[in-house]
Amino acid sequence: MAILVDEKTRVVVQGITGHQGAFHARQMLDYGTRVVAGVTPGKGGEEVHGVPVYETVEEAVEKHGANASAIFVPAPFARDAAFEAIDAGLRVVVIITEHIPVHDAMQVMAFGRSRGATIVGPNTFGVISPGKSKLGIMPNPIYRPGPVGIVARSGTLSYEIAANLSGAGLGQSTVVGMGGDRVVGLGFVDVLKQLERDEETRAVVLVGEIGGTAEEEAAEFIKGMTKPVVAYLAGKSAPPGKRMGHAGAIIERGRGTFESKVKALTAGGARVAGFPWEVPDLVREALGQAAG
Amino acid sequence: MKLYEYLAKEEFRKFGIPVPPGRVAASPEDAAAAAREVGRPVAIKSQVLAGGRGKAGGIRFADTPEAAEAEARALLGTELHGHAIDRLLVEEKLRIDRELYLGVTVDGAARTPLVITSVRGGVNIEEVPEKELVKRHVDPTWGLQPYACRQVVRRLGLGGPVGRQVADILGRLYQVFRSRDAELAEINPLVVSGDRVIAADARLNVDDEAAYRHKDLPRVEEGTELERRVREIGLSYVELDGDIAVMANGAGITMATLDIIQAYGGRPANFLDAGGGASVEPMAQAVEVLVSTRPKAILINIFGGITRCDDVANALVQVRQRVGIPMPLVVRLVGTNEAQGVEILRREGITAYRSMDEAAARVVELAKGAA
Repeated sequence: MAILVDEKTRVVVQGITGHQGAFHARQMLDYGTRVVAGVTPGKGGEEVHGVPVYETVEEAVEKHGANASAIFVPAPFARDAAFEAIDAGLRVVVIITEHIPVHDAMQVMAFGRSRGATIVGPNTFGVISPGKSKLGIMPNPIYRPGPVGIVARSGTLSYEIAANLSGAGLGQSTVVGMGGDRVVGLGFVDVLKQLERDEETRAVVLVGEIGGTAEEEAAEFIKGMTKPVVAYLAGKSAPPGKRMGHAGAIIERGRGTFESKVKALTAGGARVAGFPWEVPDLVREALGQAAG
Repeated sequence: MKLYEYLAKEEFRKFGIPVPPGRVAASPEDAAAAAREVGRPVAIKSQVLAGGRGKAGGIRFADTPEAAEAEARALLGTELHGHAIDRLLVEEKLRIDRELYLGVTVDGAARTPLVITSVRGGVNIEEVPEKELVKRHVDPTWGLQPYACRQVVRRLGLGGPVGRQVADILGRLYQVFRSRDAELAEINPLVVSGDRVIAADARLNVDDEAAYRHKDLPRVEEGTELERRVREIGLSYVELDGDIAVMANGAGITMATLDIIQAYGGRPANFLDAGGGASVEPMAQAVEVLVSTRPKAILINIFGGITRCDDVANALVQVRQRVGIPMPLVVRLVGTNEAQGVEILRREGITAYRSMDEAAARVVELAKGAA
């Protein structure tokens, strides 16, 4: 099972001839991802790591049946690339690119919604179903297949937690990075819904941070979930009014505070870890209780 | 990027939103001249990026150019909430019958623009109860249509010529928001003065990521000098008030690192996200900035994905050679090319930690020892 991506996902890499695109296409291929095509306008006919490059996504769909995209094109061109992927009918569009203007992101989300496409990101590390496939930039060695679904706003913090889980013998079903921007496609609730339905997933880890209301909304949904949820949140020590790296990570006008999120998640029935390294024990405890 | 009021008003004026006649002045004499041009009693408003200017005494009124000059002399060169006052907006003082609020912002949860309005303007909009706000989400594909503005105005309970003007201004405000890639476009208060409706104040925050589309706008620099320096290197930096300097890679893990230091009784001096895949030179420059702030200890926390541990180690070696690192340094290094990174540091006499927990505990201990 797993969600969003698996061994059958046929991936087109948009921006495959660029420095980042080429590097991560290689990493994805090494992981076993079925990268069937690349797209870079002006570079059609070339090959990257043996993967054919086309002028348009449409052609990649026609010739290779691509059904998902990983976008690495520079920010000024990312809106166009995302529109193209959605218009070509791709089911899952993962936008790795960072620094995309927020108005562009809003337009992409509106178009994605109208076409029923799943947009992940922008400014995300991507999606991985360990042992099956990955669309993204996460390091290959830290994941193991297993029963824990992870949904995170932040890349490296989720790597830390995934590595801790793998080290403790707790593998992952699917790990989803939502992206650190103010406007992103897939949200916590969307991912939680899918993980709740996924047969392989038996527990969920939510990695959140200050700013916005995504964690509070997730907490409402968690109340009705049958699977246990463990949460870790970053930004307890962050001062209000300061943007902590991510565009979305800011306490504004008293909203989006650490305390509000912990309170909501706890009330929703999630176990909230005080430190990232406490997550594996809490997951084990939750799984033990769920089994008993 | 936040624009000063006078710059925001210039933009609003271009889009046909009525603003009071007036202009910016940088000297008392110039303020007097500007007041003479207005030819009526004026408001003299400090141009700083801080709220609550009125309460803090940053807005004065004058009936004559001479009085305007005196008020300007009193304001210029002073500070307001820590911001130096070097420019004043001198504009017509409005007779206020009513104060309204109009704003357009980005709603991250809905992933669309959001219009927020109220007949309770002139106060901090966060303090206005929800039931006195009229809100409306906007589909970014179609924008804010005129009928939607009329609907909002009706819900506000406004009618007649004033209602028509407010609807028109709201439509134009959305145009500014959209055309200028704004994160916030706001008029507070929108003043009803007799039969006129005028934007007495203006806020326009332009999305930094879209700056390349707005090269005609002047750059307004925010943040401390240190924050600007690191931002120029291309990394994300926030100054805090503690004594343990921190660099990590990734916003989430950097925040978590600060949290852990604090939980262990230490006080972080900064947030510095070296990002994913930063190369040796920018990292070295960033660490040099950390050293220059003279913290009691430095913690480097790296979980290498795209960031390579050997690059991090080489950056640290470079800083040692170029400027030295006189304070205790704790490094936690795992991930891509970990063995090479650890070896480079070992040759420098630095033992890298594998666990974030131990590294954080150690740096707090060292900072306390140095106290």
